[in-house]
Amino acid sequence: MDYFLTEEQEMIVEIAKQITDEQIIPKRAELDEKDEFPREILENMGQADLFGVPIPEEYGGFGGGCLDIVLALEQLGRGCIGVATAFAASALGIYPIIIAGSEEMKKKYLTPVAAGKKFAAFGLTEANAGSDASGIQTTAVLDGDEWVLNGTKQWITNGGEAQIYTVIAITDRSKGPRGASIFVVEEGDPGFSCGPKEKKMGIRASSTTELIFKDCRIPKDRLVGRKGTGFITIMKTLDSSRPGIAALGLGIGQACLDEATIYAKQRVQFKKPIIGFQAVQHLLADMAIQLEASRALVYATAKHIDAHPKNMSKVSSMCKVMATDMAMKVSIDAVQVMGGYGYMREYPVEKMMRDAKILQIYEGTNQVQRNVIGQELNKEYSRK
Amino acid sequence: MKIVVCIKQVPDAKDVRLDPVTNTLAREGVQSIMNPYDQHAVEEAVSLKEQLGGEVTVLSMGPPQAEEVLKQAISCGADKAVLVSDRAFAGADTWATSYTLAKAVQKIGDFDLILCGKQAIDGDTAQVGPGLAIQLDIPFVTCIQKIREATDKELIMERMMDDGYDVLAAGYPLLLTVVKDINDPRVPSLKGKMKAKKAEILVLSAADVGADSTKIGLAGSPTQVVGVFPPPPRGERALLTGSIDEQVEQLVEKLAVYL
Repeated sequence: MDYFLTEEQEMIVEIAKQITDEQIIPKRAELDEKDEFPREILENMGQADLFGVPIPEEYGGFGGGCLDIVLALEQLGRGCIGVATAFAASALGIYPIIIAGSEEMKKKYLTPVAAGKKFAAFGLTEANAGSDASGIQTTAVLDGDEWVLNGTKQWITNGGEAQIYTVIAITDRSKGPRGASIFVVEEGDPGFSCGPKEKKMGIRASSTTELIFKDCRIPKDRLVGRKGTGFITIMKTLDSSRPGIAALGLGIGQACLDEATIYAKQRVQFKKPIIGFQAVQHLLADMAIQLEASRALVYATAKHIDAHPKNMSKVSSMCKVMATDMAMKVSIDAVQVMGGYGYMREYPVEKMMRDAKILQIYEGTNQVQRNVIGQELNKEYSRK
Repeated sequence: MKIVVCIKQVPDAKDVRLDPVTNTLAREGVQSIMNPYDQHAVEEAVSLKEQLGGEVTVLSMGPPQAEEVLKQAISCGADKAVLVSDRAFAGADTWATSYTLAKAVQKIGDFDLILCGKQAIDGDTAQVGPGLAIQLDIPFVTCIQKIREATDKELIMERMMDDGYDVLAAGYPLLLTVVKDINDPRVPSLKGKMKAKKAEILVLSAADVGADSTKIGLAGSPTQVVGVFPPPPRGERALLTGSIDEQVEQLVEKLAVYL
């Protein structure tokens, strides 16, 4: 379907598509097999300005909006959402700085990310704080001219690979949600280290580690925005980043539909290609319907967010749920169409099915997204 | 450093067909790309510029649609683009092409280094690079697989040979042709694509470059293509299988027929 993209958006798609087809697809099986971080591919993405897409022009970026990043992630996700997650997590890591950082901070951290010289990571989750962010234990205490951080972040994407980490910590527990603040921690800061790489079911090209803070001392000016605004910034960050995760779902969905359809045209059983059987046609048709419906919602949501509405939580959650549930369903069906071959590692849909699962879990589980949607509905209908 | 890179638009090799009537390459509906070797020449020029400073000008001789590959080169980091285009150039062989490119290079002005792909994948002659150097009366080295060191004064480089490579040093002005091993061409950047979209390409005619009309196009070409034909099919072949002893036995049997 023609979504009437601008010329600049077509360029983003072309670049992301070229990197996906020439660099990611030929390497994805090996990266998955070896749990290998795709540093070279990410550097090439940086050189091609993809990391600059969400960064304002004054810091060397492209000043792109939500739809621009969605288009890039959809293409990258078609290749490998492990690689695409590493890319997306870097964008997520700098969002708090874009939203709330000082001029100086933006100059210092956004410029090297835009140039593809540094990666970022976002540290929110902890052992006892996943869906319930109020369970955060990591603390930051001001001591003279320095903040002292203590605590452990868990399952942080790009851990050990990023140079810039935005981390949420409690600065005043008595103030509840207004007692959290965001800090920038740099690779090599005293008292900061990363744990070993986690062994995951899918997205194995991405690195996932703990971030460990033991009396980690950082300069006072590493506080992002005002003290106590951490949760607000995080909510804003996640509202605008969720369509990006939805876009990864579109990428997987497209890749699965492509693989399954091509296979169904070639695979001969009972003397004809299996695409000639209605049972297979209906599976493929349902995959295509769900994919295109999801794409329409994700693009529409991204455009809505680009118009800077007051409230975007509901639609942002809606598109994340729809596109990622679709990705899971479509990847399972792609394996089904391909039968025994689909189950083998030799064919890419096996990995896609393993990868797709994370989309329903990270950046807010799909259950939490439904909570958000439900709460927003409740609010809306109370006003009517 | 001022670098000129000569590039050519060619039909995509993945999609080559012969016209069954004329026996020439069927270009209708075939996608055009930048000659792959030339992509490596552009990449090397841009990375030399990044290292030493200066300017990269890409030059192509071809029909108006060759602008596409010039814009592609700009999106990958080239600064300026020149297209020499004139109906009078049609049918040029490698010598007439070299002459035309030489006139265009002289028109562009100063240069230190000219880079070309080793050969174009449509004609496969590998003659235009060296021909251009002869026309300009400058030294040239072909089949460069690596530039080891680059300074304002000279280049130290590796020339690919059948068995290994030669290490050579040469000063400027100089023309090099490059092989694919020399680098991995970069993906165009977003900023590069935007720059390419706005880029104005200087288009020069035969008159603009001051070309002698007897030396260009078909009339100026000392070689003429008399005929083109697909190679005749090979004779019957057989693959021997089994253990070495069995294969030897089969071979002897087959050879015995000729005794």
